[in-house]
Amino acid sequence: MFIPMLIFGLICAPILGCLLAGVDRKITARMQGRVGPSILQPYYDFRKLLGKDTGHTNRTESVYIFMYLLFVVIATVLFFLGGNFLLVVFVLTLGVLFFILAAYAPGSPYASIGANREILAVMAYEPMVLLVAAGLYLATGTFDVVAMTQASKPAIIMLPLLFLGFIYVLTIKLRKSPFDLSMSHHAHQELVRGMTTEMNGQTLAMVELAHWYESILYLGWVALFVIWKGWVGLIVALLVAALVYFLEILVDNNFARMKWQFALKSSWWLALILGLLNLGVILLLGLAL
Amino acid sequence: MSHSSKSPWLIHYDASSCNGCDIEVLACLTPMYDVERFGIINTGNPKHADIFLVTGSVNDQNIKVVQQIYEQMREPKVVIACGVCACSGGIFKECYNTLGGVDMAIPVDVYAPGCAVRPEAIIDAVVKGLGILEQKRAALDAAKSKKKEA
Ligand code: SF4
Repeated sequence: MFIPMLIFGLICAPILGCLLAGVDRKITARMQGRVGPSILQPYYDFRKLLGKDTGHTNRTESVYIFMYLLFVVIATVLFFLGGNFLLVVFVLTLGVLFFILAAYAPGSPYASIGANREILAVMAYEPMVLLVAAGLYLATGTFDVVAMTQASKPAIIMLPLLFLGFIYVLTIKLRKSPFDLSMSHHAHQELVRGMTTEMNGQTLAMVELAHWYESILYLGWVALFVIWKGWVGLIVALLVAALVYFLEILVDNNFARMKWQFALKSSWWLALILGLLNLGVILLLGLAL
Repeated sequence: MSHSSKSPWLIHYDASSCNGCDIEVLACLTPMYDVERFGIINTGNPKHADIFLVTGSVNDQNIKVVQQIYEQMREPKVVIACGVCACSGGIFKECYNTLGGVDMAIPVDVYAPGCAVRPEAIIDAVVKGLGILEQKRAALDAAKSKKKEA
């Protein structure tokens, strides 16, 4: 299983991510009563960016972006190889930190505001993500992704509240409205383009590529809640992941952008209430048993 | 390769338009005309844009801005003058405070006349601009490979 999963994580994940982004734009357009671009549009954008003449306001920016891409790829591959879930979370966080550094590097006011907001977003979702890791451990008795997929029953039975909380912060992680604070894929024009304001050509192409990896990785996390041993479990998990992404698109199209204060407060309260309540109940039940 | 022409991102700048042309530019994004069908995105960021849409004529105040946006855009890039004001100065041509069309400030590739310019004319101009974008890209690639050989 090592080689096929390596290929899946390294090559199939970005392809799926690209198609997912295309489907996202198509569904978004349909929801707005438009025809929308082709499903391959993200790929066309990517190819165009690779062919553009690339300029740098600050050369280190492209190094940081490369590190961002590298760590996101490592996290994705580690996840699909069935590695340690905590390690995946931390490697991914490191990648996002490089992205933030890249946004700060050119010293552009727009990119800096985007970077500030991204830090707030990281602060908003990170507690919940760590609680998810803890919850998955309590539910399955392991941090190994491969062992989690072999569980006899889905983790969501033990972690319904944590699952809800995770779906909530997923919107922040995917940078979708109402929490597309640091940058946006839509034609919202405030703050120019947030973090990617100064990035262009190949640098921007790397950012897009990293996003494709990221979105598939997050859907993998969603699937982890639902999966259990055998084919049925896998199929149900994939369906739930697809459903969750559809929900994200729906929310994306129906909410105006919230302020960062709301993003931070609401996600911390949810982490505190849903996350700790869920963990507390498991621990108490575990003690009672 | 046809990759540039499949994802033209634009930036729209209102030089000194009466706003008539700007409304038509924005009308292109609505469900009625839906230019995203062709992969066109209105970016608002010169560094991401391939096509520069200018409405209105240039004057002493904004000529620097127009030039700076143009300089910040990465090659290959195309400039489209939208509306007669942008093409030649239009009804403001003789005014003491206008310099004339956008071509007084930067090289213009496509002229889209009309007062106000129709969304159909803008889409036509962008499609025409795509051909020029392809040519410029090919020229850029050729120059790059020549540089490598040398
Ligand atoms: S061409 Fe007509 S509508 Fe357009 S900016 Fe000039 S005067 Fe206004």
